[in-house]
Amino acid sequence: MAKLKYDKKTGRLLFTKQMRKEYTLLFPMMAPIHFEILGEVFRKLGYNCQLLETNGPDIAQTGLKYVHNDTCYPAILTIGQLINAVQTGGYDINKVALIITQTGGGCRASNYIHLLRKGLKKAGLSQVPVVSLNLSGMEKNPGFKLTIGMIRKAIAAVIYGDSLMCLRNQCRPYEVNDGETDRLVSKWQKYIIDKMTNGKGYKLKDMSELLMRIADDFHNLELDRSERKVKVGIVGEIYVKYAALGNNNLEKFLQDENCEVNLPGILGFVLFKIDNRLEDIKLYGGSKLKRFVCQKLMNYCLKVEEVLISSISRYDEFVAPSRYEHTKSLVKDVIGYGTKMGEGWLLTAEMLELAESGYENIVCTQPFGCLPNHIAGKGMIRKIVEINPKANIVAVDYDAGAPKVNQENRIKLMLSIAKENLEKAKVEI
Amino acid sequence: MEELRVGLDIGSTTIKCVVIDSDNRVLFQSYERHLSKISEKIEEVLNRLKKGILKDYDSVKISLSGSAGMGIAESCGFPFVQEVYATRIAANLLNPDTDVIIELGGEDAKILFLNNGVEVRMNGSCAGGTGAFIDQMASLLNVSIAEMNELAKSHEKIYTIASRCGVFAKTDIQPLLNQGARKSDISASIFYAVVNQTIAGLAQGREIKGNILYLGGPLTFISELRTAFDDVLKTNGICPENSLYYVSLGAALASDKLIDLDLLLERVKNYSHTGNFAFRPPLFTNEEDYRLFNERHNKEMVVTLPFEDYDGPCFLGIDAGSTTLKCVVMDEKGNIRFSRYMSNSGNPVPLVKNILEEIYSLKPNIKFKSSAVTGYGEDIIKNAFKVDFGIVETIAHFLAAQKFMPNVEFVIDIGGQDIKCFKIHNGTIDNIFLNEACSSGCGSFLQTFASALGYDIETFSKLGLFAKRPVNLGSRCTVFMNSAVKQAQKDGASIEDISAGLSLSVVKNALYKVIRASSPDELGKNIVVQGGTFLNDAVLRAFEIEMGVNVVRPNISGLMGAYGAALYAQAMCELNKESSSIISEKELKEFTHEIQVTKCAICENHCRLTINKFNDGRRFIGGNRCERPITKKTGSNELNIYEYKLRLLQSYNDSSKGKLGEIGIPMGLNMYELLPFWTVLFNNLDIKVTYSSLSSRKLYLYGQATIPSDTVCFPAKLMHGHVRDLISKGIKKIFYPCMSYNIDEKKGDNHYNCPVVAYYPEVINNNIKDLKTENIEFIKFYVGIHRRKDFPQKFYESIKNYFPSLTLKDVKIAAKRAYQAYENYFRKIQIKSDEIILKAREEGKQIFVLAGRPYHLDPEINHGIDKMISSFNVAIISEDVLAHKVKKKITVHVLNQWTYHSRLYSAAFYIKDQKDMNLIQLVSFGCGVDAITTDEVRDILERYNKIYTQIKIDEITNLGAVKIRIRSLLSALERKENANGKIEVR
Repeated sequence: MAKLKYDKKTGRLLFTKQMRKEYTLLFPMMAPIHFEILGEVFRKLGYNCQLLETNGPDIAQTGLKYVHNDTCYPAILTIGQLINAVQTGGYDINKVALIITQTGGGCRASNYIHLLRKGLKKAGLSQVPVVSLNLSGMEKNPGFKLTIGMIRKAIAAVIYGDSLMCLRNQCRPYEVNDGETDRLVSKWQKYIIDKMTNGKGYKLKDMSELLMRIADDFHNLELDRSERKVKVGIVGEIYVKYAALGNNNLEKFLQDENCEVNLPGILGFVLFKIDNRLEDIKLYGGSKLKRFVCQKLMNYCLKVEEVLISSISRYDEFVAPSRYEHTKSLVKDVIGYGTKMGEGWLLTAEMLELAESGYENIVCTQPFGCLPNHIAGKGMIRKIVEINPKANIVAVDYDAGAPKVNQENRIKLMLSIAKENLEKAKVEI
Repeated sequence: MEELRVGLDIGSTTIKCVVIDSDNRVLFQSYERHLSKISEKIEEVLNRLKKGILKDYDSVKISLSGSAGMGIAESCGFPFVQEVYATRIAANLLNPDTDVIIELGGEDAKILFLNNGVEVRMNGSCAGGTGAFIDQMASLLNVSIAEMNELAKSHEKIYTIASRCGVFAKTDIQPLLNQGARKSDISASIFYAVVNQTIAGLAQGREIKGNILYLGGPLTFISELRTAFDDVLKTNGICPENSLYYVSLGAALASDKLIDLDLLLERVKNYSHTGNFAFRPPLFTNEEDYRLFNERHNKEMVVTLPFEDYDGPCFLGIDAGSTTLKCVVMDEKGNIRFSRYMSNSGNPVPLVKNILEEIYSLKPNIKFKSSAVTGYGEDIIKNAFKVDFGIVETIAHFLAAQKFMPNVEFVIDIGGQDIKCFKIHNGTIDNIFLNEACSSGCGSFLQTFASALGYDIETFSKLGLFAKRPVNLGSRCTVFMNSAVKQAQKDGASIEDISAGLSLSVVKNALYKVIRASSPDELGKNIVVQGGTFLNDAVLRAFEIEMGVNVVRPNISGLMGAYGAALYAQAMCELNKESSSIISEKELKEFTHEIQVTKCAICENHCRLTINKFNDGRRFIGGNRCERPITKKTGSNELNIYEYKLRLLQSYNDSSKGKLGEIGIPMGLNMYELLPFWTVLFNNLDIKVTYSSLSSRKLYLYGQATIPSDTVCFPAKLMHGHVRDLISKGIKKIFYPCMSYNIDEKKGDNHYNCPVVAYYPEVINNNIKDLKTENIEFIKFYVGIHRRKDFPQKFYESIKNYFPSLTLKDVKIAAKRAYQAYENYFRKIQIKSDEIILKAREEGKQIFVLAGRPYHLDPEINHGIDKMISSFNVAIISEDVLAHKVKKKITVHVLNQWTYHSRLYSAAFYIKDQKDMNLIQLVSFGCGVDAITTDEVRDILERYNKIYTQIKIDEITNLGAVKIRIRSLLSALERKENANGKIEVR
């Protein structure tokens, strides 16, 4: 059995090479399509990964028990989900490790990993190692190294996920044969996982080819677009935006309200986080080498983005994701590019971008008391409406104590206006 | 047959029904309370319609609206119209020239802007400033809503009351009552608080002007509330006929689907709930269980003996709590001879007077040997009735608990509005937890809830004892619980399940929000519970279940404070004197009490003073933060670094003539500490600097309508007032830069500002309209003072757009001086703090590190807490000066990445071996970052056996709770020193 080893300087429990062989690595769910692919890719690389698909009220309760209650809701949920799984998931508690992302930005989210460790200690589980998944070189572990190859594969997983999510959301509300869209998503997910676990499908050329085929398949779905539906965009803090656990199954709710939903993809967030480093250097000065490396990575992601967009934009019936540079240009005179903590200016930009591409009804999701959202979310709504008077935005707070009825009631108000606008638009046509 | 349409509006407390004809004329309307029995009430209303106006109809066009109507509409197949939307439909028809609608309901507050782009606003997750809030306040004042309205008409003064949530307001109002403020002034103040809450929370930068319509229950029934709105908005709004029925009218107007009435009734009748809600095991599975439980708890007895049989010396204990008044007369052996427990309708003085009269009439020759008073009303009661001793509540409760369990390790008291608990270690109180403003009110919440559901508290809580499936309502602020309960009802939870669920929640709140315990082991095995709320068997049982241990509930649980005070009186008089100074029977007959209200003019805190005058010419002043209005002394602020820093910053006079022009700097957030930096920088560039005025309530209100996020911290909210203040001063260029990073003090892993400090200029830029209309140049570019070498170049590139004649050379020289000025500032405050420490040590004074953020210097933010603490004859320093004494990076268990917060950790670390230093952390409500720092600072301190104290601050100005904390801390420190646990004479 693997010995527990600690970092000499900080005393942090390390994830060792031996553990990599013996341990199960648990990670919390966020965006299902993406994460399922990502999980399988990591498994193939020799990590015994387990994506947690648990839900239910026990998760939040566990979180509340072990994390400071005023901490943001995503921390309570992700940490709750991890600890709950260790406690009740039937794993050998001496052969399980946890993995959590760390962005290294100036918001509280960078501290989740520390809060998780504190929680584990409180729960008497301090022997469980925690691995940080980040691009900033924080917290190294002998048993877990993020290689260039892994980063490329992860980017590929994000791209495929974004593509499937984007197409699914635009087809499912109009499908003629119930469940067909979801079946198509599953089919492709399997196919991609199969490709990638065989070391294929993550080169630009392969991606381009695969993405084209995916778009073709969705194009060939039998759809009925005769009824115009209310189009709703979802933006917000990244976890509550994507995770059903965090937003009380918002996508499902909107679907039941007969809406078409648009969730801007994860690639935009990845680009934003890389771009931040470049902006920092531009604003305050900094090393040329760092700039060179970031620019390289940025360029690569932009190429990948191009591949994604061109695969979808071939079909007129689909709204392809906007180019990062375009989305960015929308906030030029609205909010500074130095606003980088959390979702930063990207959140504002996504709202403007959605409104511009026909999704002017927007749910801006945020954890109660989310600091960056005071600025880039609620703080910018006034300006957004000034720029695009059609924008119909509702900001919704999510929290362990915020009841679903209230949230849905406020969203329904937004939808009432959306429906009225839709009727007016129909008359105009 | 005429085509009729029906609209039903099911709000949080009432159900409204309207029937209209095809010409939109109202044929029928009804308004009644539903007491949360929603489906029954709908059935009743529908049946009434069916027998009456709809008797010839089989089907009718009908729709449902209202916050509580959504669930039932969905499952019974009613068309649903969102209520704000419904209001709009009705207003468009009835008042087409309306610009803005303000509608207050039971738990909702809404503003609708109808012209220039329709916008609708609804309160988010907070029910502050709504009908429920006003109801709560009325019950606190012990008057009806109508009486409250009448009272408000004769008001003379308006007090500042936080209306964000009822819990906050209570902490503001209670001390006012205790200090003897007039109910009429308080009533009016409550209405103004509602107005401010509505504007701050919902206007979000949009001006409320034009034709205004007032709708909903509170605005219909309370004329003074409308007056308050008119006054604040400088307008004349109208409250139209049918103002209660706009939502139901809108729903009726929107009805376009014919629905079969019988079918509908059938569905409502069979409205089978999903039954799908999270629940917990029952509190008691059977009667036997409950019997055993009672048997166990009836054992712990303090004996109550007949009063008339006893002629020996007596000890009087009074606990003038926030919502109840308790009084005990104890004999020499610790038996209770007389006791009273009554609800406190506000002013405790007449109540105590009545009790004393009763005692004297029962026992004319009573020999009071000593007396003591504790609780919120301590000061006024002590003065009014010449009580011998005053004692802080925590100590009173500890003394009483020891009587029941000499080896007690943990005492928890849940009272009307507070939770107090503390750990006992080696016979001294070692850790105190008081509920922070956001989760208090637990006991009174149960009460309010019971009456909202049409029960008295006792019946209501008993309902929960044998509930089969207690709802899992979580551990949250009571305001949120209100809506959680609605959700549970929608999901089919019975009243029994809800009652039990609420009891469980009260307990969880205490455990996980206040104490922040994760397991019973942390609190020890020997627990005494007390306070009125634990008289409730359901709560007590819930506590035992949650903790997994059996606890002791003294049979005088509700009287513990008073009993503790009596014990204290006894202990003190043994060491002290022969007979009590308490008011005699004769004096009591002549006793009168008069109240005057005035504003203290001595310093910028402008405390509202209540001057209590008694018949014998004695006076008592309440509401003061410091001793100055009483002693008339200038007060020695020599040992208070907060005073020094504020004065030092004010001394950075502008020395420039401003050849190149003038800029304004808003004085808030990070600009506080950077004032020396920017002043010197700009002065050296020949640019004149003007600051915004010192913060005040008025300045805050001036900016509040432009605040987009009502949950952001108060210091950030204040910035809106500061920027508007600069504009009103005629400043044309305002400098408020964005700063992701702060200076790197090499104390942590990074040196960020928090997101709010970093980017608040972006919010200001997009939400203060005057910036555009007054053509202000708002300078908010990003600066990086952390990169000293790059700063001049980068700063130059940006600033030259506003001052084109500047050269890079100028900026380089100015920047150098600016950095020097910044360092000089720190040097100065460090020297001063060293002096303070030295002096305090010479004089043998305790040194308190009042730790927070640089902007906590602002008297409007710290509410004079520094002055209040220093009035206890202690020295005060701040975290920044100590942090600089710690040279190396310290190890913490969090990501140490914010400059201001790193200082907290370093300061906590520094005092670990400074015997006479203790740390008090100031935390702004809504500060997300402090959710991380508070736990870590506590951790560091407790590792080295130091007591951690936290004070949450917001708009609120009540210092009563803070005082308790400080006094408890001082007394705990005293006892720690003499660890044998005897009571010391003060």
